[in-house]
Amino acid sequence: MTGNPDQRRRHFLRGLGGSMLLPLLGCDRGNFSAKAAGARVAIVGGGFGGTTCAKYLRHYAPDIEITLIAPQPTYLTCPTSNGVLAGLRELSSLTQNYDALRGRYDVRLIHDEVTAIDASRRTLRLGLARPIKYDRLVVAPGIAFRWGEIEGLDEAASLRLPHAWQAGSQTELLRAQLMSMADGGVVAISIPAAPFRCPPGPYERASMVAWYLSRHKPASKILLLDANEQFSKQALFLQAWKDLYPGLIDWVPISQDGAVRRVDAATRTLYTELDEHRVAVANVIPPQRAAAIAVASGLADSSGWCPVHARNFESTLVPGIHVIGDAAKAGPMPRSASAANSQAKVCALAIATELSNQAPPEPSLHNTCYSLVAPDYAISISGIYNVVNDEVTAIAGAGGTSPLDADRQFRRMEATYAEGWYASIVADSFG
Amino acid sequence: MRVSLAAVALGLLPLWTPAEVPNSAAAALTANCNTCHGPGGVSPGSMPSIDGKTVDYLLGKLRGFRDGTVDNTVMSRIAKGYSDEQLQAIAAFLAQSR
Repeated sequence: MTGNPDQRRRHFLRGLGGSMLLPLLGCDRGNFSAKAAGARVAIVGGGFGGTTCAKYLRHYAPDIEITLIAPQPTYLTCPTSNGVLAGLRELSSLTQNYDALRGRYDVRLIHDEVTAIDASRRTLRLGLARPIKYDRLVVAPGIAFRWGEIEGLDEAASLRLPHAWQAGSQTELLRAQLMSMADGGVVAISIPAAPFRCPPGPYERASMVAWYLSRHKPASKILLLDANEQFSKQALFLQAWKDLYPGLIDWVPISQDGAVRRVDAATRTLYTELDEHRVAVANVIPPQRAAAIAVASGLADSSGWCPVHARNFESTLVPGIHVIGDAAKAGPMPRSASAANSQAKVCALAIATELSNQAPPEPSLHNTCYSLVAPDYAISISGIYNVVNDEVTAIAGAGGTSPLDADRQFRRMEATYAEGWYASIVADSFG
Repeated sequence: MRVSLAAVALGLLPLWTPAEVPNSAAAALTANCNTCHGPGGVSPGSMPSIDGKTVDYLLGKLRGFRDGTVDNTVMSRIAKGYSDEQLQAIAAFLAQSR
């Protein structure tokens, strides 16, 4: 292909819907991409962080090689998976694939496990495929569970006490248990000490389970055993539960002996410091840390999460490796799909500019998350962030939760927007 | 021919073919709009689309959200996170799609 770089990029843009692929752009390179041309960027992780980073990197740096390593050919999103528990949607509706990244954005996809990161040789070792050399690496592997931190809670126990905190078979398991339990039973949800993926998630889950039980098993109860003293959107959730599900949800904070210390999977018994709860369904969400590959590669500190420079999400521990999404420590940003999507864009722009020896623009970060309390009732939380002294900092006076005194129409609108949010973020990250 | 970062950043949004963008800071700011409003501001679902609008329309809305004079659910909380200069840059960048 001929023409100046600007023309080529326009051609690329026009070709985004078709078969126009980037290798055709390799001849007469322009200023920005000339220095970056041929650079190899590898991205580990096929969730919202990894996919968004790959896609936006392609936009910012048309001439580089981008490889995304995702464990499976499809990805099940955690956002909206609580709706599956309520029977509002099928698990299959949460399935995303990488076809657009591969076909429209010329991202090389490898479905394999990353077994090691050799930072000194800038090489990824994979389970089956050949090693991959990179110039820049982005790690977006998500979370791992701290099995054993709660006595008796390991992966085997999670087959009877499902966490459903990574969407898939665990979600189906919890749904099946809810459906088969007798009316009048107790559903316990054990919430680990923060930080964990999706701070409002356990409380949205309680709401969705309450919606299901109130319609199908109205004599049942929900017991929220919480290792925390407060939670995201707390006033809004408590108000909504009082209005929609009076007497159904019993929230027990840590100060009232809410922290689960030990479990017995065989009898579905949860032990707190002073009490024991034998329940019909136990959704035990384990304590969390960054995924194993991040820890094994020296990217995590003693907290189990990965400290980063906020300006570009490069690890403070291993230069040349960027960490985004749930695995990263990003100050006040929650571990959410929205935050991962935003961090991915900052990281992509920083890598593109650094590869071409330009200064990146001032980072701007954002998070908006909706929680469904009932099919026609949602609440939201938002945050806008900038970078001060290389730390992610929430902008004072901005963000926050839906108003406490809003009317039902407002809640209905937010439920509609919650659906729209999901469609948009999936399109922005995977489409 | 020099290609600025801004020109490269025009590739940010698949459905856009603007001749130029104001600056890369605007691209960085506006990338966050896509999360909820869809790539290129074209919403695939129930979120309002924000592509194809004029600068005046967009800036009027954004300032109205920030000042609380335009009814909304979440945008007033978001708009308060940006200076007027940033809102102007966002509006101008989004309007490039017209």
